[in-house]
Amino acid sequence: MTELSKTETGDEATAKAPSAFLEVRDLKVHFPTDDGIVKSVDGLSFSVEKGKTLAIVGESGSGKSVTSLAVMGLHRLGARGKNVRMSGEIWLNGKELVGASPDEVRRLRGREMAMIFQDPLSAMHPYYKVGDQIVEAYRVHHKVSKKEARKRAVEMLDRVGIPEPAKRVDGYPHEFSGGMRQRAMIAMALVNNPELLIADEPTTALDVTVQAQILDLIRDLQKEFGSAVIMITHDLGVVAEIADDVLVMYGGRCVERGTATEVFEKPQHPYTWGLLGSMPRIDRETSERLTPVKGQPPSLINVPSGCAFHPRCPYADIPADNVSRTVRPELELVGAGHWSACHLSAEDRERIWTEEIAPKL
Amino acid sequence: MISYILRRTFAAVILLLVVTAVTFAIFFLLPRLVGQSADQLAQQYIGKSPSKADIVAVKHNLGLDQPLYIQYWHFIKGIVAGADYNLGPTTVHCDVPCFGYSFKDHVEVWPQLTSRIPITLSLALGAAVLWLLSGVAVGVVSALKPRSLFDRTFMGVALAGVSLPMFFTGNLAILLFTYKWPIFGRTYVPFTENPAQWANTLFPAWCSLALLYSAIYARLTRSGMLETMNEDFIRTARSKGLPERTVVVRHGLRAALTPIITVFGMDLGLLLGGAVITEYVFSLPGVGQYAVQGITDNDLPKILGVTLLAAVFVVIANLLVDVLYAAADPRVRLS
Repeated sequence: MTELSKTETGDEATAKAPSAFLEVRDLKVHFPTDDGIVKSVDGLSFSVEKGKTLAIVGESGSGKSVTSLAVMGLHRLGARGKNVRMSGEIWLNGKELVGASPDEVRRLRGREMAMIFQDPLSAMHPYYKVGDQIVEAYRVHHKVSKKEARKRAVEMLDRVGIPEPAKRVDGYPHEFSGGMRQRAMIAMALVNNPELLIADEPTTALDVTVQAQILDLIRDLQKEFGSAVIMITHDLGVVAEIADDVLVMYGGRCVERGTATEVFEKPQHPYTWGLLGSMPRIDRETSERLTPVKGQPPSLINVPSGCAFHPRCPYADIPADNVSRTVRPELELVGAGHWSACHLSAEDRERIWTEEIAPKL
Repeated sequence: MISYILRRTFAAVILLLVVTAVTFAIFFLLPRLVGQSADQLAQQYIGKSPSKADIVAVKHNLGLDQPLYIQYWHFIKGIVAGADYNLGPTTVHCDVPCFGYSFKDHVEVWPQLTSRIPITLSLALGAAVLWLLSGVAVGVVSALKPRSLFDRTFMGVALAGVSLPMFFTGNLAILLFTYKWPIFGRTYVPFTENPAQWANTLFPAWCSLALLYSAIYARLTRSGMLETMNEDFIRTARSKGLPERTVVVRHGLRAALTPIITVFGMDLGLLLGGAVITEYVFSLPGVGQYAVQGITDNDLPKILGVTLLAAVFVVIANLLVDVLYAAADPRVRLS
């Protein structure tokens, strides 16, 4: 992850194309509703290099999926398209996408950036053959005959490890098993050799035994194609397995980001501590209970003042002057390529981590 | 797929048999149950003020004094093998398929029906094409821009269309477009004689009937599209970079269309059995008008014939829907 020489709310953002392959700057995605403005993503910045994997972690409603759909430019389409307010910048390979015309973004979609969805059964059209759906994806961006595209589809199905691809290409999604379906979905996403692959909880709907296979497949394909991968997940096990960098989201904002090693070994934010504490581990005594993060995810309409996490944070009262409740913490550099947004002082964090959190993990 | 079609066809044949039984029951069993005697039933087949001897003769000749299962057997036999009716001095033959013999007009019902089917078919098919195209088109556009001016206007029109009875829209159309401004013809001309005149005469009837039905189809398509356009596979289609038009038509409409096929088959089947009111309003000598005629004349065989024909059309339409459904949705073929 490239370091940004500015804080998250940085208005000094230059319009200059960044060096990173994908760079998101101060992204805001708001949905006006009858109850108020839902601030699903509120000032998010990150970047991904080619060949690297960024994991975006957070609870449901923390804005991770909204972020991925924003990068794909999928919010502005359909009947709800008018009801979204997006600002900030998304730079993909030197092109800015937030201000680009829907048609420009459409041309990039599927070719330069592709997406894998959570539930492959509902994400594939039930009435069309799997092969035809892959052919369709290929032919939007390549002027080739149906025959050539079909050959390509068989090739891709073979590549993602589907047995008898020449036969399965004529199968319907409901004739595939869950894992095979997700493989087919990956084949469809990769058919145009996209340089950015966004995987939105690709293993959540799958059997545990199949999960690891799918993750391996994504990792292998990434190595082969050298693409950048964004892995959206709430499963820290997945993150540990696959990610180079981690971005922890809470209430539509980034609370901590850094390399996977840094975030796992020296997490700096109380929310990340909570996530780690709620993760089941095979090497832990079964008699020990998991410690869930207490409370509910914040409302995205009335985001708590100050630090959005303060109502659930056991350490919110440690910083002086009630600052957790009044001032929103900005991301600060806390280690090599490691940023965190917390009012706790470095000494307090160090103390709490080593004395209270780490021994329990 | 072939075995599926065979299975459905077999089911349809069984259903037709059930239909004949029910029809028979309505016309021969039900009157008995409510206390009508065989004499009274026989009386309907003779002219006014018959003598006792006439009634007994007719009762015997038509087999009304025999047990019900024998009567039903004759009824079925008539349909598949023809029947003879002994009318005392003469015997009339009723050809296959014998849908009955009108003793009031002294004609077989089936030829009467077949000569009227083209008219009903012309009316129903023409209107069906109109309402399907307009209903689905309006529904799709409304769904893509919900709560827009277009949506509100056309959903309002649709509500009016479904609420206004044919007596009103039909007569209004005739009044305006054939009398006040005589754009359209008044008397039905068969398609084989003059296609232009055929379409010209039927057009007001098509539009009136289509207005009634397209309202339902517009609403059905709208709600179906609103639902499918929120499906995950639509998001997938967009994520592939497909143009929005392809997403809407190939992915959205295709999925939303299946329930519409079902309703369409039923509606068309029902209409083919006689668009009673429309044919009456537009003076089209179709099957529906024949039914009205049979009812006003209290001529049982005519009514029975129309009922049976309508039932056959509905069963056939259902069969077609089943087959189309399998063609449209690959998941159906398995079950």
